[in-house]
Amino acid sequence: MEKTLKLSSQNLNFYYGTVQALHDISLDFYSNHVTALIGPSGCGKSTFLRCINRMNDLIPETKVDGKIIFDGQDIYAHSLDVVLLRKRIGMVFQKPNPFPKSIFENVAYGLKVNGIRDKRLISETVEESLIKSALWDEVKDRLYESALSLSGGQQQRLCIARALAVSPEILLMDEPASALDPIATQKIEDLILQLKELYTIIIVTHNMQQAARVSDFTAFFYMGKLIEMDDTETLFTRPKLKQTEDYITGRFG
Amino acid sequence: MIIFKRQTTEKTMQWLFFTIAAASIVILIMIMIFLFIEGIPIFKKISIINFIFGKYWYPTSSPPDFGILPLITASIVVTFLSSLIAVPLGVMTAIYLSEIASTTMREIVKPVVEMLAALPSVVIGFFGMVVFAPFLQETFDIATGLNMFNASIMLAFMAIPTICSISEDAISSVPKTLKEASLSLGATHFETITRVVLPAALSGITTGVILGMARVIGETMVVLMVAGGAALMPSSIFDPVRPMPASIAAEMAEAPFRGDHYFALFATGIVLFIFTFAFNMIADYISNKYKQSGERV
Ligand SMILES: Nc1ncnc2c1ncn2[C@@H]1O[C@H](COP(=O)(O)OP(=O)(O)OP(=O)(O)O)[C@@H](O)[C@H]1O
Ligand SMILES: [Mg+2]
Repeated sequence: MEKTLKLSSQNLNFYYGTVQALHDISLDFYSNHVTALIGPSGCGKSTFLRCINRMNDLIPETKVDGKIIFDGQDIYAHSLDVVLLRKRIGMVFQKPNPFPKSIFENVAYGLKVNGIRDKRLISETVEESLIKSALWDEVKDRLYESALSLSGGQQQRLCIARALAVSPEILLMDEPASALDPIATQKIEDLILQLKELYTIIIVTHNMQQAARVSDFTAFFYMGKLIEMDDTETLFTRPKLKQTEDYITGRFG
Repeated sequence: MIIFKRQTTEKTMQWLFFTIAAASIVILIMIMIFLFIEGIPIFKKISIINFIFGKYWYPTSSPPDFGILPLITASIVVTFLSSLIAVPLGVMTAIYLSEIASTTMREIVKPVVEMLAALPSVVIGFFGMVVFAPFLQETFDIATGLNMFNASIMLAFMAIPTICSISEDAISSVPKTLKEASLSLGATHFETITRVVLPAALSGITTGVILGMARVIGETMVVLMVAGGAALMPSSIFDPVRPMPASIAAEMAEAPFRGDHYFALFATGIVLFIFTFAFNMIADYISNKYKQSGERV
């Protein structure tokens, strides 16, 4: 497949107060490709992901330097409209965070805040998104019940549906399958493969097999640094660095 | 042996707490019973309907008139007007403090609001009497500045801190992850506040509002000092009025013990009690109804 550069992080440094959490990360992401971010807990995967849709802006006393270029534009430029950016770059969070509203309202929310009023269009999109996230069959008869009555795994799929409903260009997924059973995980993985026809996907995962199955590229992070990035097959079969090899073979520590 | 001992302490603690809880409930019930015993005899002289809907309150003339509609009306209108002022101000201040203000601003504004709560009601009444009443009288060219409008404003001062601090707690306890979810879908900060944060905090905000209103309707000193004291049906917001608590406080001392006037004042107390009780029930109902549940479209 033709590779078009969609997003590019250039010498990105990130600080929580005085603690530097990301060191000089330069990483490219291509349209219609899936990139997996792997690495041990606390190495900065979520922090990096949250830099891409500027979610870290909400945490006081944080600092970014370097650039993230999205379709030719630096997302940290002053002139940038963050609201529009976040509409174009969707996110599924590490922990499920449905709104305390009905299942339907959760998925419809993004459409409504983006100015869509057409009732029929909304309910069609809600249904479509729930089908894509493999939740429709379980909730189609209870769309108006509270989302909080769903199980953890169902809530996570609801959050995926919610993100899909606004059709972002890039989808950031932070361990979307960590609370799911094998069947739902399978469905989500199928979904990712299907979605990459339309979107650019960046996924954080602790599951090596999952990274191998769904991603085209894999980036290995360690202690806030990008250690190695390659296409997934190369990274898993012929890693260049010993550190990467140790991590993917489970001989880490 | 040790297990036996632990069980005894557990039992003792249980009994201790039960007794304390039971004692306060018993005392409350006794106060209620007393209120009813002292109030009900008036209904031998006048029917409940005529008492509540009677337009004339002349308890000392002969024959006396025991109609408390003017007092009830005064209480309701004053509570309503003051909530009209206090609810938007209190809730908006709470939103500002928890969602918009910078840390430094919050550290300045919050203590000011809390200080307002610490003001004794007699001080607020004094301010209304000495500063605000003359101002009203001159500005609007009215007979007296001690009136329903003045009382509503002063009572709003009393309700704002209650509404604001309870609402602020409710808003601040909305999980950060919900705000992030909203923003990540392309909602603005304002949309996030109105569509996610406020609905999620609604039960707490409502509780704050109702408790603020309960405080206003039961407040005695302020209305005694600034409402003007006329037990007449008001026809404008600048009319002097006599809300129920002011009437009870002002007349109790001069009412002959266990006379009709005395019974009528206690009956007024029963009506007031029913109002505050209703406020609390409504607060309870609403806070349960909206508790973290899904809303229908
Ligand atoms: N809000 C925060 N304030 C301060 N430090 C933080 C904050 N969030 C994360 N960190 C720190 O930044 C580092 C990277 O955290 P991050 O959440 O990005 O790790 P992660 O790779 O996503 O880990 P995991 O796989 O466990 O989710 C950690 O050392 C963490 O303690
Ligand atoms: Mg993480």
